[in-house]
Amino acid sequence: MLDARLFLLQRATAIVMAPLVLIHLAVIIFAVRGGFDAAEILSRTRGSWVWGGFYSLFVIAASVHAAIGLRTIGFETFGGSRRTLDVVTIAVAAVLALLGLRAVFAVVAS
Amino acid sequence: MVSGPDGSNSDTHEPPGEMIAVSLWRGQGSSGGLVRYDVPVRDNQTILDIVTHIQRNIDSTLSYRFACRVGMCGSCAMTVNGVPRWTCRTHAGQFTKNGRLTVEPLRNMPIIKDLVADMAPFFDKWQKAEGRFQGKDSRTDDVEPVRPDSPERKTADAGIECINCAICYAACDVVAWNPDYLGPAALNRAWTLMNDIRDTAGGERLRAVSAGDGCHNCHSHQSCMTFCPNDLNPTAAIAGLKRMAVRAVLKGEL
Ligand code: SF4
Ligand code: SF4
Ligand code: FES
Repeated sequence: MLDARLFLLQRATAIVMAPLVLIHLAVIIFAVRGGFDAAEILSRTRGSWVWGGFYSLFVIAASVHAAIGLRTIGFETFGGSRRTLDVVTIAVAAVLALLGLRAVFAVVAS
Repeated sequence: MVSGPDGSNSDTHEPPGEMIAVSLWRGQGSSGGLVRYDVPVRDNQTILDIVTHIQRNIDSTLSYRFACRVGMCGSCAMTVNGVPRWTCRTHAGQFTKNGRLTVEPLRNMPIIKDLVADMAPFFDKWQKAEGRFQGKDSRTDDVEPVRPDSPERKTADAGIECINCAICYAACDVVAWNPDYLGPAALNRAWTLMNDIRDTAGGERLRAVSAGDGCHNCHSHQSCMTFCPNDLNPTAAIAGLKRMAVRAVLKGEL
C-alpha cells in the first residue's frame, strides 16, 4: 500500500532527518562535557529561532516518516482498505507532530 | 534393463530396500494434510520422479503438474521441505533429511488439489503490471535493430530467462502479507519491457507498477532472488522500477 509518492516522501524525510540527527548528537556530546542541567539547556533554546526551526523541521520530518512506516507495518500485519490506511496515516502523523511541536514550543517559547 | 512405469530402471544400484519416507500434502482447496508414502530410493532421483512414482504405483488419484521435465516450462514447482523448488531439477538426495522428505504445493496461491496450486492470480498480475510487449511497427516494417551491447539490452537480458514458475512469488513474504502485491515475477517482466527500446507502453506500465500494490512495497529482502531457479534477480529489477518511478514523479511525469 505504498505508491511512488508515499515512497518518495518517506525517503525524502529520511534525507532531511539524517543530518539533523547527527547535529543533535554532536550538540548533546558537546553540551554534556562539563555536566549539564535543565537551566543550561533552556538558556540555549529559549527564544532561539534557530533551534526552534531546527527541531520543528525534525519533528515534522519524523512525524511524516514514522506515519508512513507504521502504515506499512499496520497494513502488512492487519490489512485494511486504502481509505482506512490514509486516515490512520494522517492521524498518526498529526498526533506525532502535535506532541513534538508542543515540546519544541515548551523549550523555545515558554 | 526393464523400465518401471515412472521411467526408473528396475535394476537400480541402490541397496535393495532403501526407502524414503515422503509426506505429501493431499487435499482439496484449503482442507487437507500430509499423507505418508514410502518410496524406493533410485539413482539420480528427482523430487518429480518421487511424486510420479507415488502417482503411478501407489495412488493414481494424486494430482500434480509437470510438462518438460528439464527445467524449461516452469510448471513443476512445489514446496520441498519448506522451500519452493523446481521439482524436475531438484535431486532428492540433496534434500532428503534422515530419509524424510515433505512435498507441498507452492504457497501464496490457492490450492486446487493435492500438489496443484492455482496459478491464475500469479498470471493475472503479469497483466496488471502491463507485462506484455506493445510495439509500434507492423509486420511490413523493417525489424528495428537492438544493439546487444547497449545498456538497455544488457539490463533486459539479465531478466528475460524467466520460466514463469512462480517460485519467487511463493518465496515472497510481501505477497503473503498483501495478496494484491504484484510480486517479483510480474515486476521483473515489467522491468525487462521498460528496457526494450521497441516497446511503446512505458508510461502506462510505469503507472501500473508504481500504484498502491506495486514495486514500492518490495522490502528488498531478496527471497525471490535466493530461490529463483534461473538465478534471476527480481530484487534488482524492482529497485530499477522504483528508481524510474521516483524520477518520473520528480519530473512531474507520473
Ligand atoms: S525482494 Fe521484494 S519481491 Fe523479492 S521476495 Fe523480497 S519483497 Fe518479495
Ligand atoms: S523470476 Fe525466477 S523464480 Fe520467478 S517466475 Fe521467473 S524463473 Fe521462476
Ligand atoms: S517440468 Fe518443466 S520446469 Fe520442471
